[in-house]
Amino acid sequence: MSSTTVVTGRKPGVTRLSRGVLQTFLTLMAVAWLIPIVSAVYASFRYFEGDSLENGVFSRPKKLTLDNYREAWRVGSMGRHFLNTMFILVPSLILILFFASIVAFACTRFSGRFNVFWLVLFTAGNLMPQQVVFQPVFQIFKRVPWPNLLSDTDTGYLLGTKVSVIIVHVAFQTGFCTFVLSNYMKTLPKELTEAALVDGASVNRQFFGIILPLCRPALAALGTLEFTWLYNDFFWGAVLLQQGREHPITSSIAQLNGQYAVDYNLIAAASTVIAIPTVVVYFLLQKHFVGGLTLGASKG
Amino acid sequence: MTPNADRSPSPTDVGFALNRRQFVAGAAAIVGGGAILAACGSDAAESVDTTLAAADTTPVETTPAETTPAETTVAAAETTVAAAAAADLGEVSFGSNYSDEKPKNAIAAAVAATGLKVKINTVDHNGYQENFNTYIQQPDDVVSWFAGYRMRAFATKGVVGDVSDVWNNLPDLSAGFKSAATGLDGKQYFVPLYFYPWAIHYRKSLFEEKGYTIPTDWAGLLALCEKMKADGITPFAAANDGGWPQMGMFDMINLRTNGYDFHVSLMGGKESWTDPKVAKVFENWSTITGYYQPDANGRTWQDAATALGKKEVGMYLLGTFVTSNFDPAKDPEAQGIIDDIDFFAFPAIDPAHGQDAVEAPIDGFMMAKSPKNEAGAKALLAGLGGADAINGYLKIDPSVVAANSKADTSGYNALQKKSAELVGAAKYIAQFLDRDTDPDFASKVVGPAIKDFLSGKAPADILKTVEEQKATYTFE
Amino acid sequence: MSSSEPAASSGLPRGRRSRLQQLTFSDRVWLKFAIGIPVAVHVTFVWIPALLTAVLSFMKWDNLRPPSSAESVGFRNYWQIFTIFDPKLFPALFNNLVLIFFLGFCSAIGMLFAYMLDKNIRGGRIYQSVFYMPVVLSVAVVGFIWKAVMFHPQQGLLNLVIPGKGIDFIGDQTPIFQVHIPFLDSPLGVTKNFAALLIAMAWRHIGYVMVLYLAGLKAVDPTLKEAAAIDGANEVKSFRHVVFPTLRPINVVVAVITVIEALRAYDIVAALNEPRGTEVMGTLVVGSLTGEGGGRVGLGSAYGMVLFILCIGFIIYYVINNFRQAD
Repeated sequence: MSSTTVVTGRKPGVTRLSRGVLQTFLTLMAVAWLIPIVSAVYASFRYFEGDSLENGVFSRPKKLTLDNYREAWRVGSMGRHFLNTMFILVPSLILILFFASIVAFACTRFSGRFNVFWLVLFTAGNLMPQQVVFQPVFQIFKRVPWPNLLSDTDTGYLLGTKVSVIIVHVAFQTGFCTFVLSNYMKTLPKELTEAALVDGASVNRQFFGIILPLCRPALAALGTLEFTWLYNDFFWGAVLLQQGREHPITSSIAQLNGQYAVDYNLIAAASTVIAIPTVVVYFLLQKHFVGGLTLGASKG
Repeated sequence: MTPNADRSPSPTDVGFALNRRQFVAGAAAIVGGGAILAACGSDAAESVDTTLAAADTTPVETTPAETTPAETTVAAAETTVAAAAAADLGEVSFGSNYSDEKPKNAIAAAVAATGLKVKINTVDHNGYQENFNTYIQQPDDVVSWFAGYRMRAFATKGVVGDVSDVWNNLPDLSAGFKSAATGLDGKQYFVPLYFYPWAIHYRKSLFEEKGYTIPTDWAGLLALCEKMKADGITPFAAANDGGWPQMGMFDMINLRTNGYDFHVSLMGGKESWTDPKVAKVFENWSTITGYYQPDANGRTWQDAATALGKKEVGMYLLGTFVTSNFDPAKDPEAQGIIDDIDFFAFPAIDPAHGQDAVEAPIDGFMMAKSPKNEAGAKALLAGLGGADAINGYLKIDPSVVAANSKADTSGYNALQKKSAELVGAAKYIAQFLDRDTDPDFASKVVGPAIKDFLSGKAPADILKTVEEQKATYTFE
Repeated sequence: MSSSEPAASSGLPRGRRSRLQQLTFSDRVWLKFAIGIPVAVHVTFVWIPALLTAVLSFMKWDNLRPPSSAESVGFRNYWQIFTIFDPKLFPALFNNLVLIFFLGFCSAIGMLFAYMLDKNIRGGRIYQSVFYMPVVLSVAVVGFIWKAVMFHPQQGLLNLVIPGKGIDFIGDQTPIFQVHIPFLDSPLGVTKNFAALLIAMAWRHIGYVMVLYLAGLKAVDPTLKEAAAIDGANEVKSFRHVVFPTLRPINVVVAVITVIEALRAYDIVAALNEPRGTEVMGTLVVGSLTGEGGGRVGLGSAYGMVLFILCIGFIIYYVINNFRQAD
């Protein structure tokens, strides 16, 4: 105790100074980081022709407007595409987190050589460049029959249905989540489930009753990450869905790009709208975000 | 999925001379709302429906974009054409890349004119082309596509249907269009809708003011470039973002230097790229790249068009869609610019070939290999090839030039009339580099080669690489 | 098929009790399902396609005709990408190599940011959010922001700030440096537009790595850091001797993620329209496998396998390292 007071008594000036320097540095960096985003948002409130086209994107605006948003929303059919994204994203997210926590649970609590092998396989699969496997995946979906009842298309095959996109997402993303969750579960004391086991609780009970509730921070963090990744996917949605009205939100930008290749203000508005959900989700779950990410195998 | 792939736009992608807002502004002026629109361009979009309704241009019940944005089911019972017979054929599905607002409404009108019940699947045109290989494996009954090699490649691979019998009902399409729709086996696989030509665009007022004259031969062009340079004007606007805009320049110089037959043969993979004839093309090209805007590779065609609008450049070789870069509803000066833009045919280089060839990409439709509704699909194709369909299209999007010779041309502006004349007078019609050859070869080999050329790499090295890579293509 | 399973597995032995400490039959079934279903989905749609891609890399197939039309061509695809398409392959590989080093450098900056933010400074969470924001944005949006808002030759912000003639950041392919390798046709080097691309990538990567390190730093025992402070160790020393060693597991994670991200980089390059001089392996693969006239599946698969082989070494190192530590 006494030494602490000595130290703090000796160094407060230095600390305050270094803190000031730190704050200034971070503020400067943060401003630099924000400039591109703020500029895009700023541009989205301006008219293109008759204003920023002639006077430059960063001139003082003649008039601020919400028209770009209105038009982007309408022309890009963003409402419909938002729904499409949600129909793909929500089931994917639930399945991914469910599968991942169940595999992580089984592998960490009942470990064996076999389980480690699957964990390794999962993690490796997740790190693979996804586009490499596109052709075989496409050909598989083309051949797997799928009742039209269970999709909103009438192709009779998995290809072209949202289910196919969900499957690919689940197949790839479960790996990463399993990895993070198994690391997280390792930090939970073994006694928790052992006690339950002695009580005669079934594995099912241990999982749903004890482990899953404890994993909430990790699930929140993963939910944030996966939401961002799935929402921003613009490869699988575009190559697997054949009907334009089925396409996810990220394709709205492509729609506008073709039409208004130089109307940057309009695309800026669309970009801002597209960015909002992921930003909101991040801020909502931010509290758990860093805490729930247990990436290294740090032994607590 | 690149947002802007390495390929030329089609008439579907880009308007001709007018664009939506201009048309709206024009139509609104008729009903007396011009002043308001001019003052506030933002309202233009919303007034589309009302002005269209007021002008009564379309019989189609166009569904508002918000509710069913990409899919428009057109049930056109009241349409004048063939409604009775159509009812029996059931629903036809139609894959459309007419994704921009005005073409989307226009194609709906064209489809409605056929009197058939059609379900339209609209995909943004970049994504449509990008994924066409996969899309055609699970296609709609009728699909939008392009004439030339691009169509032939799919016909050869047996993934699109033979529509030769449809052509028996298409007497108003000239022989030139028929040959553009014919596969290597002599059967037809394509029905054309419209086209646009490529030519050198300029500002009439600039040429008048400075006393420039239209060059008809190479020497004249070079002299004009010198004059412009002396006047402080960059002679040639140069864009190559996306890798396709300068393919047009290669095509034109090759067509003028070596003639149409050699060009087609070269595109078909039958000639060597290390042939001195090709070297000659690049030699000729090198004499005018000095008159280009610098750093062409990174410039979009729109930015180059803007430079033409500002008279910073004198000439611009591009499709006639160049005028669609100017939007009167948003920029009061745009209408003046559009009216001031004219074009001339690429000057002759070798007198043996003169100006006998023109480049004019054609857009149209193909049929799936095994459509769910074959009778309906063929009826739709026959209908789309007819004059009523293109007339319906032109009423909403008057910015294209119809392939059908019986189409109503009364609404054409000066540029459209001139386009029709230019193409009509040409002995040969080329499509465009990336439509006249294996599209993969165009975008992955020739495109990069042209980019390298523009960034100063020696043509001999470039052509050696092209020839080497060409050997890995089969050109079937 | 995947969607119906969770219900089945969760409904199995609910509420059943057993006095045995060993797993009951139903528990074993439960575990088999729990692992079996996700594994089946994963293997079917990741590993089997990966295997098929490997097979396809030895075939010639146009992806339009039925797969039975594919013919074996031995190593011809590989031979072609290494000899005929070498002007594409080697610059792309070189760009990937540059990316590895550059993103490695960015990771160090990310670690520095994380270390600073870990000091409980005022508004720490705001800084964290700001730096992380680019990671949240869709690549389509990021592509637009850099291409149109920052780098545009006329209206781009950087061009408004930098006086003089507009710089075409994305179009300018002039090399910054070049290395002539004797047996290669074209020299390797970094072009100016690739450098511009790197800035956009750094913008994203730093925030990403920062968050990973923040997560790692939270796990560092705070008493350790305090102890170091009490000892009067200065910042650098305390970081080097106390914090850094405890970050070892996270360093492995970040190192591998950085390398893998650098190798499989695709979307930002594509979003900025694959300007010439900026091709990476990812864009070569996608360009050959998809896209109009992408009838060169064999060639694309061969590119893919090259990329895969480059990645797999790091992936194996990573997972072994991780799981050996865990045991």
